[in-house]
Amino acid sequence: MTPAPIVEMHGISITFPGVKALDAVDFRLLPGEVHALMGENGAGKSTLIKALTGVYPIDAGAIIIDGEQRRLHGTADAQAAGISVVYQEVNLCPNLTIGENVMLGHEIRGRPFGINWKATHRGAQAALAKLGLEHLDTRLPLSSISLAMQQLVAISRAMVTDSKVLILDEPTSSLDAPEVERLFGVIRRLRDQGVAILFVAHFLDQVYEVSDRITVLRNGQFVGEYPTAELDRTELIAKMIGKELALLRSIDAERMHIRADHHEQPMLAATGLGRTGAIAPTDLEVYRGEVVGFAGLLGSGRTELARLLYGADKADAGTIEFEGHKVSLNSPAAGLSHRIAYSSENRRDEGVIADLTVRENLVLAVQARRGWMRPLPKREQNQIVEQYIAKLGIRPADPEIPVKNLSGGNQQKVLLGRWLATQPEMLILDEPTRGIDVGAKAEIQSAVVELSDAGVAVVYISSEIDEVVRLSDRVAILKDRRKIEEIDVGPDTTTATVVRIIAGESAT
Amino acid sequence: MTIDERVDNPSGARQGETPTARSTQGWFSRILGSDHLWAIAAIAGLLCINLIKDPGYLSVTYSSNTGAFVGNLVDIARAMAPLLMIATGMCLVIATRGIDLSVGSMMAVAGAIAMEYLSNANAPASIGAASVAILLAVVLCAGLGAINGVLISVVGLQPFITTLVMMLAGRGLAKVITEGQNTTAVNEQYRWVANGYVLGVPVVFLTSVAIAVLIALIIRRSALGMMIESIGINAEASRLAGLNRRALLITVYTVGAFLAGIAGIFSTGTVMTVDVSQTGYQFELDAILAVVIGGTSLAGGKFSLAGAAIGALLIATLDKTVVFLGVPASATPAFKAAVIIVLYIAQSRRFRSWVARATRPGGQDVGEVVAS
Repeated sequence: MTPAPIVEMHGISITFPGVKALDAVDFRLLPGEVHALMGENGAGKSTLIKALTGVYPIDAGAIIIDGEQRRLHGTADAQAAGISVVYQEVNLCPNLTIGENVMLGHEIRGRPFGINWKATHRGAQAALAKLGLEHLDTRLPLSSISLAMQQLVAISRAMVTDSKVLILDEPTSSLDAPEVERLFGVIRRLRDQGVAILFVAHFLDQVYEVSDRITVLRNGQFVGEYPTAELDRTELIAKMIGKELALLRSIDAERMHIRADHHEQPMLAATGLGRTGAIAPTDLEVYRGEVVGFAGLLGSGRTELARLLYGADKADAGTIEFEGHKVSLNSPAAGLSHRIAYSSENRRDEGVIADLTVRENLVLAVQARRGWMRPLPKREQNQIVEQYIAKLGIRPADPEIPVKNLSGGNQQKVLLGRWLATQPEMLILDEPTRGIDVGAKAEIQSAVVELSDAGVAVVYISSEIDEVVRLSDRVAILKDRRKIEEIDVGPDTTTATVVRIIAGESAT
Repeated sequence: MTIDERVDNPSGARQGETPTARSTQGWFSRILGSDHLWAIAAIAGLLCINLIKDPGYLSVTYSSNTGAFVGNLVDIARAMAPLLMIATGMCLVIATRGIDLSVGSMMAVAGAIAMEYLSNANAPASIGAASVAILLAVVLCAGLGAINGVLISVVGLQPFITTLVMMLAGRGLAKVITEGQNTTAVNEQYRWVANGYVLGVPVVFLTSVAIAVLIALIIRRSALGMMIESIGINAEASRLAGLNRRALLITVYTVGAFLAGIAGIFSTGTVMTVDVSQTGYQFELDAILAVVIGGTSLAGGKFSLAGAAIGALLIATLDKTVVFLGVPASATPAFKAAVIIVLYIAQSRRFRSWVARATRPGGQDVGEVVAS
């Protein structure tokens, strides 16, 4: 390691109420390198970044930037020290122009007063050119370009101040392959200019493609720092999740035995079920003990169909028979009363109740079904809470802390626990593994397998098609707000099969 | 307030949420960290000021003439009653991320219908007439509250606008009921509710505390409290979890208006007159202040009925202090505003963390210093 580190963090500890988020973590970043920060959800990646950007004060440890120990009392301090960050969600103003977004707060003042817009746009143009984006017209509104390009604009904006350190927090989560390539081009270009880049992503391929070194965290602790070339993938995963690696493999092995008996009466039979503007009339049958996957791109109608099956939205066409009886699912409460449960894809806005405790979140749906008059006795609450904290491995295992203090993956487990506690006969999971790490993913997937073995019908929705194919007995393929095909998953069914079906239709 | 405090934590579970953290803290930092510290300190402070002016301010004596305790504290307890009622209702409404501006007008409606009935009843002095008057008042108010709830939850109107309209409509309705007159009536039983004594203690104080405790018990012993908090924190997630947001909202606005009706009976009972333009005037603002001082955020979610009660006590104390100190009537609102804003700043998270930092010697935690 020839160059002196631009950032050194020693023994960083941060404690939240009831959670030791970081425990004496060491970290260093060299100029001109791409450094990947890896770990499960809840490992402390985001917390470490927020410590470095001055969002969280540190309880112990030292942050040394460019050879000088700093106390960061806010993002402004971090920016002054030359650290810029681009978050997962683009934090720009879509209604302003590209140039305004790049230069916001750094507008070039003219004489005698006011902003010299011409010079400001020239400045923006120059900042974009540094990243090879000179073809962008800085006077177009930001909303006129794709999300991927907006992300690159966000990076330009971060680099306007000539930062020495650029932090990218899950920059690739909403990008497709060519867009990722383009982003990596920009990252390499900045690296070659001597910028130190800290990169957080969940996709291993991408980490191996772009990073030079890797730091692994687990449960708020420092596991190690490795040159990327000397750490193979299996080793990396093992370091990230420890012993749970075997879980993923066992799921693959279990899937192949057929669980559903298609000769008996379907648990749920939808006929011509539809809602104007959301999903065209659709027929669907779901059998006991079966996992039915919904595959399709974002906006294909997969979520919309799932919502009709629970009563989250009201259908305006068609009928649903549940266990042979015609039912009217006109509210979530109605779905719940028929022992159908739906876990939304939008964990933050439609899932957990952030300020309520883990306990309250876990018992909420059960309590809703009982009504307010019959509060769940403490003993039964404890039983539910203990059972699901243990079964799903919710960390920290303290039921009395607000769920917002948990990491994303653990919030997802709480949400899953809430639905499992209602003892559903049919469970609809919409993107239950989005944005969570390998370990939590494996735990949620094995819970799905266990449920279907126990006779529960599961509808599984994910934008990761291989995940849908791996878990499902049958896959309904949706496109452009209608169901285009339904396939039984056999030994030779692969992601490619599904992709071909989705792509094939678009040719006609 | 100890009863009410306990009610807020029926199981003690929430208080023990971080047992290890709590046990390592000293009593001093625990008091400093209490949500109600500053409100209680402000009440004590106001009483001290009064005590300086008149060393006998706090004395309560038993008057054998009237068979009742008399003293400034008794006056404060009596004055707090209507405010305690509407602050309790307001606390629940605010927890759902709503607001109810119509409760002051509801008080006038309750007073108007009760007075109008009593002045026209066949046997206006009977206990039956008093019961009917009270029943009419609370039922009418509850009905108006249910209309608020339906407009907000079913039609989807904004709580602020809906209850603002109801605030205007309510006062208008009160005027229609009494044909614009300040109706007066004579009925000893009705008057007793506001002015009577049981064992020397004002009935109005006992009734209001009993109702507030009862409401708190129902809310916290059933699942209502958690459900109200849940829809206040995240309405859509709560709906998807199977909660009936509409029914909860209608219930909460109805209960709030019902309590405002009781407050209206308390207010009109003391003078046996309804002043259609002054009864309950701006009480909704006092109630909102009481709730906020009590630590419930206007953004909804977690709420504290005990806090709202302490807030109501503070505002009643403040009102009495203003009169006692002889602050000129024209300066009263400004004085009141100044006290409340100072208190609110003292209570703010930023100010508290600033105090905690300033009083922390050598960078050590306050708790550690006291514990060692």
